[in-house]
Amino acid sequence: MNIMHVMVAPLALMGIMGGVFGALLAVASIVFRVHQDERIGKIRAALPGANCGGCGYPGCDGYASGVVNDGAPVNKCSVGGAKVAEIIAGIMGVEAGASVPVRAFLKCKGTCEASPRQLTYEGIQDCRSAVTVPGGSPNACPFGCVGLGTCVSVCQFGALSMGDDGLPKVDVSKCVGCGACVENCPKGMFTLVPVTADVIIACNSHWKGPAVKSVCSAGCIGCTLCEKKCPKQAITMDHDLAVIDQSKCIKCGICAKVCPAKCIKTGEKYTVMEKSA
Amino acid sequence: MSMTELFLLFVSSIFVHNILLSRFLGCCPFMGVSSKLKTAQGMGAAVVFVIVLASLMTWLTYNYLLVPLHLEYLYTLSFILVIAALVQFVELALKKLNPVLYKSLGIFLPLITTNCAVLGVAVLNMNEGYGLAASLVNAFGSSLGFLLAISLMAGIRERIEENDGIPDSLQGLPMALITAGLMSIAFMGFTGIIK
Repeated sequence: MNIMHVMVAPLALMGIMGGVFGALLAVASIVFRVHQDERIGKIRAALPGANCGGCGYPGCDGYASGVVNDGAPVNKCSVGGAKVAEIIAGIMGVEAGASVPVRAFLKCKGTCEASPRQLTYEGIQDCRSAVTVPGGSPNACPFGCVGLGTCVSVCQFGALSMGDDGLPKVDVSKCVGCGACVENCPKGMFTLVPVTADVIIACNSHWKGPAVKSVCSAGCIGCTLCEKKCPKQAITMDHDLAVIDQSKCIKCGICAKVCPAKCIKTGEKYTVMEKSA
Repeated sequence: MSMTELFLLFVSSIFVHNILLSRFLGCCPFMGVSSKLKTAQGMGAAVVFVIVLASLMTWLTYNYLLVPLHLEYLYTLSFILVIAALVQFVELALKKLNPVLYKSLGIFLPLITTNCAVLGVAVLNMNEGYGLAASLVNAFGSSLGFLLAISLMAGIRERIEENDGIPDSLQGLPMALITAGLMSIAFMGFTGIIK
């Protein structure tokens, strides 16, 4: 009796409880099955299944139900591009609309050489952790790239790698423009630019010139020279940082030539990527 | 228990023995889900729902299954089993039967499965030897206390966010922890209004 009570009863009770609950849940999942719109399944099948979240929905399943239930635009999938947008538009019976593919771009030229590291950070090797130090960054420039490679670890497409100079490099042939790096960079270093863009400001600092110069030799000092020399008025100043309106830019490259800090990047040949447009 | 005793138990479980601020159970969502008032209230409502249901089920499990079989020592394991299955079941049922409620509670339900406040209330009911009515009153009061505390916290944090005067090193979580401590001290003021 003792053995029965000590060993068998608890095992039996837990076994029975687990079995009953399991069976109940199994039955419930059949009884309470929610019938989905069949278009959701079709759209899900057309999507690439990368679950990158670049569309702003939690994974491809979330986007598929978003298109059907919440009227999300059909061209939000940056991985699938125009081809997938067309298929989804066909399922939903609407026009696909133009979708210019975008790629990630690092708004910083603050290499180890140009922007010296201010202190040695020995905490968790993740940018999101490093920016919690007082001052907002282990580096002298609080706007610049922290350089611990959080973006590299969140990129599902292997498009990012850390360079020897302390900055991540974007491989535009692998980047699909999902925006995972944009979201996860605690400094907001990345921006998504159309693949057709060729002239981009590679700095994120809103400080005034002397302050920028004291922490980085490659940062935008807000001299407004590019704004004045641009033949199309495509450049405006936002608190001592130049901003290019890509819809006005004619890729003449004059701004990059006159920039004293050389922080305007051009000639990176993003245009070769146009084949997927 | 008489009606008066039940009422006193109700008041004391909300204020005197507030589950977050004096029992310190379920502190994870108290810090994690309290940055926006709206989500905090959603979380609180889901907690009320689950704690009351879970207390009912665990009371039945304890008194009609474990006690007759003399297996009281299995309470932790069986309570966890019951609560996890219950939450899963409720999630499935809500999805079908009440999609509106599911949308407002849905994302919080799986989070609550592993919340120690739910298990804590069930174990408290058992330790205090409450009857069914007292268990339910204690569960409802405790979970209302959770809703109250997390809503207050979210309201305060929303205002703190607007405040520029806080030093860099205290912004965010450190300030929230200090706030929680101060709130807990404030709630100590309720001690003694009911024996």
